[in-house]
Amino acid sequence: MDITLPILILALPIAMFLILGIGGVKMSRKVAGVLGILGMGTTATLAYIVAFTYFFSGNPDFIIDGVRLQYQVFDVTWLAFTQKLIVNIGFLLDPISAMMLVVITTISFLVHLYSWGYMEHEPGFQRYYAFLSLFSFSMLGLVVATNIFQMYIFWELVGVSSYLLIGFFYKLPSAVSASKKAFIVTRFADLGFLIGILILSYYTDTFNFINLTSNPEAVLTSTGGATFMGASVLTWAMVLIFTGGMGKSAMMPLHIWLPDAMEGPTPVSALIHAATMVVAGVYLVARMFPVYCVVDAAMTFICVVGAITAFYAAVVACAQIDIKRVLAFSTISQIAFMMVSLGVAYDRPIEGVHYAGLGYMAGMFHLFTHAMFKALLFLGAGALIHAVHSNNYTAMGGLRKYMPITHWTFLIGCLAIAGIWPFSGFFSKDEMLAAMFARHWFWGAWMTMVAGLTAFYMFRLYYLIFWWEENPHYKEHKPHDAPWQMSLPLIFLALVSCVAGFIPFGELVTWDGVPYHIHIELPVAATSLSVAVIAILLATKMYRVKNDLPTKVKNFWPTLWEAAHRRFYWDEIYQFVVHKIIFGIICRSIAWFDRHVIDATMDGMAKVTNVASNSIKGMQSGNVQAYVIWFFLGAVALAGITWLCLV
Amino acid sequence: MDLSILWYLVPSVIMFVCGVYGFITRKNMVAILISLELMLNSADLNFVIFNRFLFPGSMEGMVFTLFAIAIAAAETALAIAIIINIYRSIGSTEVTETNKLKH
Repeated sequence: MDITLPILILALPIAMFLILGIGGVKMSRKVAGVLGILGMGTTATLAYIVAFTYFFSGNPDFIIDGVRLQYQVFDVTWLAFTQKLIVNIGFLLDPISAMMLVVITTISFLVHLYSWGYMEHEPGFQRYYAFLSLFSFSMLGLVVATNIFQMYIFWELVGVSSYLLIGFFYKLPSAVSASKKAFIVTRFADLGFLIGILILSYYTDTFNFINLTSNPEAVLTSTGGATFMGASVLTWAMVLIFTGGMGKSAMMPLHIWLPDAMEGPTPVSALIHAATMVVAGVYLVARMFPVYCVVDAAMTFICVVGAITAFYAAVVACAQIDIKRVLAFSTISQIAFMMVSLGVAYDRPIEGVHYAGLGYMAGMFHLFTHAMFKALLFLGAGALIHAVHSNNYTAMGGLRKYMPITHWTFLIGCLAIAGIWPFSGFFSKDEMLAAMFARHWFWGAWMTMVAGLTAFYMFRLYYLIFWWEENPHYKEHKPHDAPWQMSLPLIFLALVSCVAGFIPFGELVTWDGVPYHIHIELPVAATSLSVAVIAILLATKMYRVKNDLPTKVKNFWPTLWEAAHRRFYWDEIYQFVVHKIIFGIICRSIAWFDRHVIDATMDGMAKVTNVASNSIKGMQSGNVQAYVIWFFLGAVALAGITWLCLV
Repeated sequence: MDLSILWYLVPSVIMFVCGVYGFITRKNMVAILISLELMLNSADLNFVIFNRFLFPGSMEGMVFTLFAIAIAAAETALAIAIIINIYRSIGSTEVTETNKLKH
């Protein structure tokens, strides 16, 4: 494959970032907006061409005998530190990176378009578009990384652009602290990622993904059975690498930054904190999947973390008032769903029934469909916030008559995430649940319960926004549908959410490139569908028209509601640990040492010098002849000493 | 009868000590400059003496002396220029008057 298109896919967004970042202040809003949208539109077109070439051209570089291959379009030496430590930079095409190219550029383009309407009156409009381009560049670089170090570099770059965009309203103290929180928490997780990379590459002598994943058994033997604290070194490496993914993908206990990240502009939440950046952790696990397969302990760890996070986030989402927070927790829960799906995937056939990589395929499928419908929901939420100027559902209610487009598209998004046939979420969720049941009934049952909760809180949100009772404020300020720049992405994403489930995803994306024929697992599908329908009916009963049932339920166990509303006090726990333990005990003693030992030593040296020079400064009298006497006496003394030494 | 090296060195030392004494006791800068030249010349004399007695076949000491005399001439010109400038600005060449540069 010619390298022009892949290079352009990376070069266009970064060029746009530089143009808008440097020249933006001189441009009018219209010019900057159109430039940003056109740049991203071109990138999206190029990415589509590359992805379609990869999937459908039949080129022997990409597919041989129906098996899809990993293909490095280019891979050049970038930093050669030593003979062994060489960092390359390149462009890897394989099923998941091609899929991610499509997802990222599509959502990014729609968000660019949407922001034109949403951010129209905000100061710093040009800067906003520059940051969006920077993010798109970093995310594209991340997914096409040929080696784990390149991935790490772009991983940090997406962290930076996420930080910049969360803190976009930098005059708001809450936005500033949210951006710092996001950056510090993910950075802390990335420390684990870096250590994991170093351990892994120390034993395997390579950063390259193809080298690592093509022969996982060799990776296993390369460590030579070395262990550390009871677990094998490879387990440590893979768990630490997963820690980086936990930070980016907001898995417990590193999830605390994502709900606060909602302080950023809503289109940014749709792009970064719902569709693309937060699934980087899932993508990382998928990228290293063959290696994870030979490390059972790490896989179990992924499963457990995912299962706990999914349930926790779903419960918390039921008790939030801010609609973006509900969506944020729903994102955490859905990403955890994908994690579990990857975690239960075997690379070996299970009792001859199921194809091994089902969990992998299903997780990637859900990543794809989730990106579409969650971006739809977030953009819908943006339209709502745009109309009523508040993030809380208490300022909404009965909006279906005023905002029909937003209503219908939001409903489609809710149906998709709840997993109702024939919307896209149903198909991917069904495959994931099938994979979980195939591994063990417990995972399946647990995650079916989470799926039920998902349907419940999404429809709670839907009814509270669009039904319930009309807010009296509408008389003064009549809400209306958003302008076309904002409605168009909603409609497009709603259409995608309707049809994406029928994409033969198993033919395109599997862990080893061998096509997998999706067939609906009837018992699993029936169970999950009925659970979802029951949950939706329950939500309908409770929230469709205004009644006192929700209050009764809340008062049945107020402590639980309060705990869920306060996110089970995770922020308070972090606050306690950081302020009382880290700052109060550890930092205070270190500060004492710094002040009384290190600073005191330096101060003492300065003081001694000061006193000594003060006491002898009278010798510099300005009288030349006195100097000569001193000089002469010194010379005589030196001569005397020399004389004594020689004799 | 050859004179021993001491006959040459003692006048040189006397010259040097006279220079030091003059440098320390005189207050006039021109007199101090003259004392300085005295010390320099005693050093030059030493070059010649040691060259004559230790390395009679070579000429380095002599050459060095000529070199030092040339440098000393330039140095004297410079010192005189400085002294004239000081005289113009403070109206005196007393070394006790020029003690502003101190702690």
